[in-house]
Amino acid sequence: MTTTPESANSQTGNGSGVAPSKKSEHLLSLRGIAKHFGAVQALKHVDLDIPAGKVTALIGDNGAGKSTLIKTISGIWAPTAGDVFWNGEQVKVHTPGDASSLGISTVYQDLALCDNLDIVQNMYLGHEETRGITLDEIAMELNTKKVLKELSVSTVKSVRQLVGSLSGGQRQAVAVARAVMRDTQLVIMDEPTAALGVSQTHQVLELIKNLSDRGIAVIVISHNLTDVFKVADRLAVMHLGTLVSSGDISQYDTTSAVELITTGESKGAPSSLASSR
Amino acid sequence: MSKTSPDSTESTPRFTVGDLFKRLRTGNSGLIPILVGLAALVAYFDIRSHVFLSAANVTNLFIQATVFILLGMAEIWLLLLGEIDLSIGFVAGIGASTAVILVDNKYHWPVLVVLPLALAVTTLIGILHGTLVIRLRLPSFVVTLAGQLGWAGVLIFLIDHQGTGGVVSLHEKVLADLVNGNLTPMWTWIVSVGAVLLAAIFMIRGQAKRRAAGLESTPMAIVALKIGSLVIAALVLVLIFNTDRATFIVLHGMPFAIPIDIFILLAGSFILNKTKAGRYIYAIGGNSEAVRRAGVNVNRYRLLAFALAGFTAGIAGLLYASRLGGISDGIDGGTLVLYAVAAAVIGGTSLFGGRGKMIHAVIGGVIIATIYNGMALIGMSAATQYIATALVLLAAVTIDSVARRGNGTTR
Repeated sequence: MTTTPESANSQTGNGSGVAPSKKSEHLLSLRGIAKHFGAVQALKHVDLDIPAGKVTALIGDNGAGKSTLIKTISGIWAPTAGDVFWNGEQVKVHTPGDASSLGISTVYQDLALCDNLDIVQNMYLGHEETRGITLDEIAMELNTKKVLKELSVSTVKSVRQLVGSLSGGQRQAVAVARAVMRDTQLVIMDEPTAALGVSQTHQVLELIKNLSDRGIAVIVISHNLTDVFKVADRLAVMHLGTLVSSGDISQYDTTSAVELITTGESKGAPSSLASSR
Repeated sequence: MSKTSPDSTESTPRFTVGDLFKRLRTGNSGLIPILVGLAALVAYFDIRSHVFLSAANVTNLFIQATVFILLGMAEIWLLLLGEIDLSIGFVAGIGASTAVILVDNKYHWPVLVVLPLALAVTTLIGILHGTLVIRLRLPSFVVTLAGQLGWAGVLIFLIDHQGTGGVVSLHEKVLADLVNGNLTPMWTWIVSVGAVLLAAIFMIRGQAKRRAAGLESTPMAIVALKIGSLVIAALVLVLIFNTDRATFIVLHGMPFAIPIDIFILLAGSFILNKTKAGRYIYAIGGNSEAVRRAGVNVNRYRLLAFALAGFTAGIAGLLYASRLGGISDGIDGGTLVLYAVAAAVIGGTSLFGGRGKMIHAVIGGVIIATIYNGMALIGMSAATQYIATALVLLAAVTIDSVARRGNGTTR
């Protein structure tokens, strides 16, 4: 907590370690999350609130702990210390299964798609619909078309195309569509635009906005501040394993964001756990 | 890297003649180029030898192809995962010797007990290989290379232990008839017509269901074309099989080996295309980490593929013993495995996992048998046969790799 300024809403308690109020409008709240790998302290003490239906951009330099944090949220490993609250209720997220049963889906940077399978097969991988022992291809294909249409993904020619033949933006779209297909409330995306060209980045940003329009909360890790300011409603900045600042995007500009990323502090920027609206 | 213009999902793409050419170029043509190649081989041998297309020789060719086909199918289970089994020839040999020794020799166990037992043995060997690969994280290449030596040793031990001079011959009727017996001409017709009818019904019904659900479907003309070529192929084969192919006795009808091949082909294709297990086998070959993150128990399905490979190799072994009329300690499992892999790859199965079909082993097996049989007929040496097979294999891998590159950019 050394570099973290005193919490702005400290009247609710001493900042960290205190449960968010019961009628919390926050979908996900993290309190005092820490993660050690042996002697290495990757996350020191993270307090973060993720409101429903908003896009939260998680930014920070390499090694700031962004990936460690999202892996903690998505259950790749359990935190060493700290509490996780989902809709105000304390929950344990220790396996990817825990996360997905809460309604948290993660789209990793490598997308985890099988190039040799088509779009439908990838969308349903691990959750195939069956009739008896045989796969129900027609139901899966119809629903895939429906989900892609709802997300306004209109650039794929056929849902029976192999994923290996898709462009980077289309692949990202398939991965996101798969993430939101099963009653998802929070989608975590790790560097979704890192490998994309201009028009495809635009497509993916539109897709992210589309998700939040549909009431799905999104956490986006990104190094690209232009993209962040285009798409995010809220900003959370990490520095050396702590969350140094979070708040509404309007309270930041590129200069203060860069300052926070590089030094961990910036005059006038909201501190960690500032009021969420 | 030019992309074909992205259309809206709404527009239902229709398959046109132009699409057909594009599919040919990008390696999605299915079996057409391979079948053209086979036709060229057949034409060549027909010109060089009058015997080649005789009923007796064609039937013989299919019997020769059976072992390549079945071993190829066994190999495809593992090639799809991106694994390989180098010991499959000797595993088949173990299955064969188990069956021959127990059913005949001094034991005379009932054949209905012995055949499943032999298949159980080879399945267990597959599971053993799979367990070593999965639990100890050893490369399948190395495990089965050790297997090739190890099972060759076990085979020699088993056969020499019988004290019959390194050869156990087969007298039991059922096992001997697996390859050497024939359906009557009447049953040949019934089986063939039945198989074609079933295939036609499945094709038409599958497309009708898609149309009913409002999904894009293959035009009826193309379905009819497929069914038509199936009918012609079946007709030609039935006429060949039903021709009397012996000189002094009457010998006609479809060899039992053919329906066995077809049954294994259908069962394998069903598992691969219609069940979750098949879907996961393809997916693991494509990106096993993605499958793991999707919450699938990857190792269970890898083990299943190893078991199925062992099982299929066992069937190949039984048919091999049947054809040889016994089993010797000198069977060349090392060459058999190369033919098995070659059959799969020539047919179009990728060596790198994730792409392939059971039918590939059938086409590839027939091509290898054609080379093997035709070259012997026109009096070419073993040296030439090996070299020719090697060239066909190289050509197949090259076409495969070129097609894959074409596939990545267009389509």
